[in-house]
Amino acid sequence: MNIITVAKLQKKYKSLTAVEDVTLEVGEKEIFGFLGPNGAGKSTTIKILATLVKPTSGTAFVGGFEIVRQPHLVRQSIGLVFQETTLDERLTAGENLYFHGMLYNLERSAMAGRMAEVLAMVELTDRKNALVKTFSGGMKRRLEIARGLIHYPRVLFLDEPTIGLDPQTRNRIWDYIHHLRLRENITIFMTTHYMDEAENCDRIAIIDHGSIVALDTPANLKKMVGGDLITLLAPNRSEVKRIIQETFGLAAVESEEQLQLEVESGESFIPSLAGRLNGLISSISLRKPTLDDVFIKLTGRDIREEAADNWGMMRAHMRGRNRK
Amino acid sequence: MRVSKAIYTIWLRDVIRFYREKPRILGMLGQPLLYLLIIGNGLSYSFRMAAAPQGFNYLEFMYPGIIGMSVLFTSVFSAISIVWDREFGFLKEVLVAPVPRWSVAIGKALGGSTIAMLQAAILLLLAPVIGIKLGPLTVLKLLAVLFLIAFSLTSLGITVASRMETMEGFQMVMNFLVLPLFFLSGAMFPMKGMPPWLETLMRLDPLTYGVDALRNIMFATSPARELLVQFPLSTDLAVVAAMSLVFITAGTMAFSKVE
Ligand SMILES: Nc1ncnc2c1ncn2[C@@H]1O[C@H](COP(=O)(O)OP(=O)(O)OP(=O)(O)O)[C@@H](O)[C@H]1O
Ligand SMILES: [Mg+2]
Repeated sequence: MNIITVAKLQKKYKSLTAVEDVTLEVGEKEIFGFLGPNGAGKSTTIKILATLVKPTSGTAFVGGFEIVRQPHLVRQSIGLVFQETTLDERLTAGENLYFHGMLYNLERSAMAGRMAEVLAMVELTDRKNALVKTFSGGMKRRLEIARGLIHYPRVLFLDEPTIGLDPQTRNRIWDYIHHLRLRENITIFMTTHYMDEAENCDRIAIIDHGSIVALDTPANLKKMVGGDLITLLAPNRSEVKRIIQETFGLAAVESEEQLQLEVESGESFIPSLAGRLNGLISSISLRKPTLDDVFIKLTGRDIREEAADNWGMMRAHMRGRNRK
Repeated sequence: MRVSKAIYTIWLRDVIRFYREKPRILGMLGQPLLYLLIIGNGLSYSFRMAAAPQGFNYLEFMYPGIIGMSVLFTSVFSAISIVWDREFGFLKEVLVAPVPRWSVAIGKALGGSTIAMLQAAILLLLAPVIGIKLGPLTVLKLLAVLFLIAFSLTSLGITVASRMETMEGFQMVMNFLVLPLFFLSGAMFPMKGMPPWLETLMRLDPLTYGVDALRNIMFATSPARELLVQFPLSTDLAVVAAMSLVFITAGTMAFSKVE
């Protein structure tokens, strides 16, 4: 059963088309990643699915409810962590959770227990009564995730949950996410700029200029780039090249001091290659295509630069706030 | 059930935020005292030489006006929290909650009214200092009218705040609205004897009837009543009720359209 179904979603802002054509399905308990350069339409898609923005055309069902006709039912069944923080910094962590629980009609009798549970999950139990403005960026993010979970949503939308966080905190957040799927039977729909994180997703959609350009598992997406890359260092390159051509029928490319060849499956090829070239080569290295390569191939842009950009934007944003 | 829970939650948050901010509490206490001491006393001295009719006490006249003024400013500007929440992101958390928008607007209006009412209650406690005796029933009636005024003015604030992206914009628009509302309300000077054009404007200001209702109730048994009051209480109450209805409808509708 699919918990999210999106068909031909489109969103126009005056002359600008933020979302051009998004069609996708997300299965229950899946971790679904949404990848794309800045301005591709990721946040807009999430806002439409969360019923915060109305689509210009197209339909979507979330948790079995239609987003335009049944917004309240959709809202009750989703949790949200927006790209920008939406905590009330002048309230305590506990109050933020409490108010959220109240707005989502959590039973009063269940409230305290559930609050303790989600706070423990993100390791903020001891900060329950502290004002949120005293929290670090990572703590705020964790609290937002806890808040998004308090009303037992079936789908959790995370828009850049790890942006601007240090690697340890990012790993912790991923631990919670994996943990969640096991404990809360939840589906996760998330965007990220970090390719290493995208590897954690079951499936990934790559979106560019408002349209989905690829949608598959990380492994299959990487196959789109071509085979594995093997690099050899050898004193006598032309000799080695000739042997490879004769034995394996492969054309190695000579570049600078090395030889490169592309093969379907590098791991199983290396033993026979090394056996045949014994004594003729000084080193062999194998490189797998990464999601970065996929991203560059599909969008023509390097996502690492995008991530850096976002960092800068985020810091500028924070500075703007602190000045007030 | 769900709706009342939402209204309560939004109200509670505004109240908690208010009592956490010590400067705001100080301001709430200090501002009306300042109005009363400086404006009330200062103006009543300078007006003494004017050809006031026998038995007309300017401070008595001003007192309900100052209460009305405090309620006006506190109510209307409390809606700035919407602009604030938009800026700091929290508004989105509220907008995606599975509760009707109008219940959020009502919760906000109640939050702002509560604070305005606190201020009004403090001012009413000072009545004996001014030399006005108020029975408990009179105080209750006054509070009821003040609540209607506060609730409608907060809603007016919400109507504007729902469309504003920045604090500066909100403040500008509010000043444009609030100052004429205040000066034309008869809080500072009586309508009688004003030039016709000014009197017409004053008759158009709904707040005129709010302030007049306060005077009607406060001086119901006072011999000076005829001098202080402009309209029958029933007219005042009808206009105040109509104003509440219009502003509350406008406020909830404007907030429902927020994106
Ligand atoms: N409220 C709005 N009014 C007008 N244009 C908008 C609005 N919101 C988004 N856009 C535009 O829609 C496009 C998509 O924006 P969106 O925020 O969805 O991008 P994104 O993929 O989330 O980017 P990022 O990685 O930077 O977060 C952008 O060109 C943006 O300027
Ligand atoms: Mg975004």
